[in-house]
Amino acid sequence: MTRSRYSGVVRKIGVIFITLFGLLTMTFVIGRLMPIDPVLAVIGPDADSSTYQQVFEQMGLDRPIWVQYFYYLQAMLSGDFGRAILTGSPVVDDILRVLPATIELASIAIMVGVGLGVPLGVYAATHRGRLGDHLTRVITLFGYSTPVFWVGMVGLIIFYAWLNWAGAAGRIGFAYDGMFTSYTGFYLVDTLLSGNLEAFFSALRHIALPALILGLNSVSFIGRMTRSFMLEQLSQEYIKTARVKGLSERSVIWKHAFKNIRVQLLTIVALAYGGLLEGAVLIETVFAWPGFGQYLTDSLLMGDMNAVMASVLFIGLVFVFLNLLSDVLYKLFDPRTQ
Amino acid sequence: MDVLAIENLNVTFRTDEGIKHAVRDVSFTLNNEKLAIVGESGSGKSTVGKAILRLNPPSTLVTADALRFGETDLLACNEKAIRAIRGQHISMIMQDPKFSLNPVMTVGEQIAEALSVHRRISKREARLAALEMLKEVSIADPEHVYGQYPHEISGGMGQRIMIAMMVIPEPDIIIADEPTSALDVSVQQDVLNILTRLIEKKNISLIFISHDLNLVKKFCDHVLVMYGGRVVESIRADALSNASHPYTRGLMESLPSLRHRRDVLPVMTRDQNWLTQDYTP
Amino acid sequence: MKSTETLKNPGYALGARSEAQPSRMTFWIKSFKKLCKNPLSASGVVIVALLLVCAIAAPLIATHNPLEQDLGRILASPSLAHWFGTDEYGRDIFSRIVYGSRVTLYIIFLVTIIVGPIGLLIGTMSGYFGGWVDSVFMRITDIFISFPSLVLALAFVAALGPGLEHAVIAIAITSWPPVARLARAETLTFRNSDYVVAAQLQGASSFRILFHYISLMCLPSLIVRLTMNMATVILTAAALGFLGLGAQPPLPEWGAMISTGRSYMLESWWLVAFPGAAIMLVSLAFNLLGDGLRDLLDPRTE
Repeated sequence: MTRSRYSGVVRKIGVIFITLFGLLTMTFVIGRLMPIDPVLAVIGPDADSSTYQQVFEQMGLDRPIWVQYFYYLQAMLSGDFGRAILTGSPVVDDILRVLPATIELASIAIMVGVGLGVPLGVYAATHRGRLGDHLTRVITLFGYSTPVFWVGMVGLIIFYAWLNWAGAAGRIGFAYDGMFTSYTGFYLVDTLLSGNLEAFFSALRHIALPALILGLNSVSFIGRMTRSFMLEQLSQEYIKTARVKGLSERSVIWKHAFKNIRVQLLTIVALAYGGLLEGAVLIETVFAWPGFGQYLTDSLLMGDMNAVMASVLFIGLVFVFLNLLSDVLYKLFDPRTQ
Repeated sequence: MDVLAIENLNVTFRTDEGIKHAVRDVSFTLNNEKLAIVGESGSGKSTVGKAILRLNPPSTLVTADALRFGETDLLACNEKAIRAIRGQHISMIMQDPKFSLNPVMTVGEQIAEALSVHRRISKREARLAALEMLKEVSIADPEHVYGQYPHEISGGMGQRIMIAMMVIPEPDIIIADEPTSALDVSVQQDVLNILTRLIEKKNISLIFISHDLNLVKKFCDHVLVMYGGRVVESIRADALSNASHPYTRGLMESLPSLRHRRDVLPVMTRDQNWLTQDYTP
Repeated sequence: MKSTETLKNPGYALGARSEAQPSRMTFWIKSFKKLCKNPLSASGVVIVALLLVCAIAAPLIATHNPLEQDLGRILASPSLAHWFGTDEYGRDIFSRIVYGSRVTLYIIFLVTIIVGPIGLLIGTMSGYFGGWVDSVFMRITDIFISFPSLVLALAFVAALGPGLEHAVIAIAITSWPPVARLARAETLTFRNSDYVVAAQLQGASSFRILFHYISLMCLPSLIVRLTMNMATVILTAAALGFLGLGAQPPLPEWGAMISTGRSYMLESWWLVAFPGAAIMLVSLAFNLLGDGLRDLLDPRTE
């Protein structure tokens, strides 16, 4: 038992290392494929040819490709991701600077996803084959099928331009920018900690719409998964035992069936969070949300190779981490694996 | 007054292939006794048990001229009334503890829950009662077992816990649906002994559903033999050797015996008429 | 009588496939009829059919030339003359959406014929041969899956340069791994079935077994997967177009239309509303279709 678990962990770590290695290789390939002269990107188009040659050699571009690859791996593993051309600062600093905005957005969005998706899925499973189930199916399919950037725009048109309920683009009204101390980088938390309620509500007005829309996608995902997990549990024999005991349908559903899918759900939520990062790339562009997604698209459009490679690598790392986390959560919380 | 009276119970399922008539015109009464329902798989014996507690899937149609528990008409009960009957008055022991216990609740909690659904008692009282019950089903270390999860215990122990769970609210009837067939042969007798001891002590009537005529002959009072959804024979257990129906006799004869050596066990010959003829005592 | 019944046991139905060969066509027709019985999947069929009609008969359906500019009528709101209004160059949005269906179908078609065979090949080989072939293929698949597909597609398009063909390649690169995984899982369930073993005993070569037996067995679930994949492909293509990395103006690609319409959206909502609705509708149709097909062809998954 212990031996098999031990070898399972070793295997897992091995897989992670291979995946990381693959991520690095892939970003290297993408970087080399980019139709942008990395030297020109550094020195600018006006520099003379001797400077060009100097930088060319400095960057190791005169070496064979596998040597370049080796240097690349070395640099990446030592945490040197280079400087972003757009901002002139190290890419790592850039990413750390924009990350809180995205985490704040995605965290609110995942709350929306769980808060709506789980009840929806449970409802559909307990009303299987009936109208509510079919409606849920349609709703979740709509969620899967709508382009999130489009919903964002429609949301802006309706709730900002027409109704003026939501704030405009950005994280907070101009008037409040810099009017509170930054403790965490999360505006909702910082404004509260600074005791600036007006700023808090401004931040809330700004985050509500993008977070809600970003969350809609995970509502579908979490809803569908919850439904199928619940259906699986509800067909189990122990559910009948619970009914034989005379438990109410509500207790049967929540105390027995739902308790059995909590761990599975937790792993799904971890995966859904990764999906949100993907949606954030689009939503942040629509709402001019100064987060990681916007940083990535800006760098892409500017052809900022270092920034793109590091960002893609970063998001790959986050995905690997979330996958690992979902495994760990499973092992940690399921009594059957203890 | 009978504890349970059933007259002309019919159960039909709606399936993709059409309507399936699983139970036809089954009638019996249950008093303070041990009644066995015997038949092969598909004979409708389990369906009868489930129909009493309304546990069949929603697409099932259950009709009967009478389905009475004491004074209560079970067919007229709404969901809430049937829930008050379940556990408290009629409970059911399932076949395989591997599947019938909730994998993420400790077994103690599951036993305590069976009691606290129907009684207004504190958590502590429920726990004490559950521990007491664990002792009654011959579990040596109740405190320890209380906190264990179903996957940590053996099948025989699981079934004893199942029994504890179903006996603890002290129901009037227990339906045991093949309670030993998933167990190791070595523990089957133990589990049966515990079950019989408890129901006799607490004055509980038993409906014992089984495919094993040999087994029920030994400890049940009365036997119903079902075939193709019908009761083909209703007979006292001690009179089984004088059974009149050819199916029952066939079943008896196909039992191997340790005492008499036989060359070949006879193969059951079946008669299409059994499926249509009504049982006449 | 009893004995013939046991032979017809569904567990052996796999082996009975060869004798059912001539009626395969009727199986598909029957399935299609069954599909249309469910109102949800039927509406999916209808919308996909409409999309096809739109693409084929675009010149007949469109009311205007999709590229013709009319600077006298820019940003006109929806009216009888311009059902969905006009854009910033006075082009008719309805006609552009109709012609845009061609672009959408082009993308879906190309991605699917790239992804289907690649995924099937890698998946079935992985599952059938096992061992190091499996390990290598699956590790590669893992690496691709560990990137969110949109981000990976973005990176590839950025590397290859914006454009429709590059978008197709990028989407194909990112969407084969789930197909391969599915094909592998399917292969694993069939690999030891009596009917494959029987073929092995008859001396069929590995490749014959892979292509004649296993691939065919994987087909139903593969079709389901690819249909659902089409919905995702549409969304990814639109997202690339929206970010300016996919189809380039003046090509009437729906995502790109939204992208250019964005600058005017607060005053002229129709510039983004209609192309987006078209994307949603078509993506929904493929999802409904895939859902219906799954219930039909792949009853195991609930």
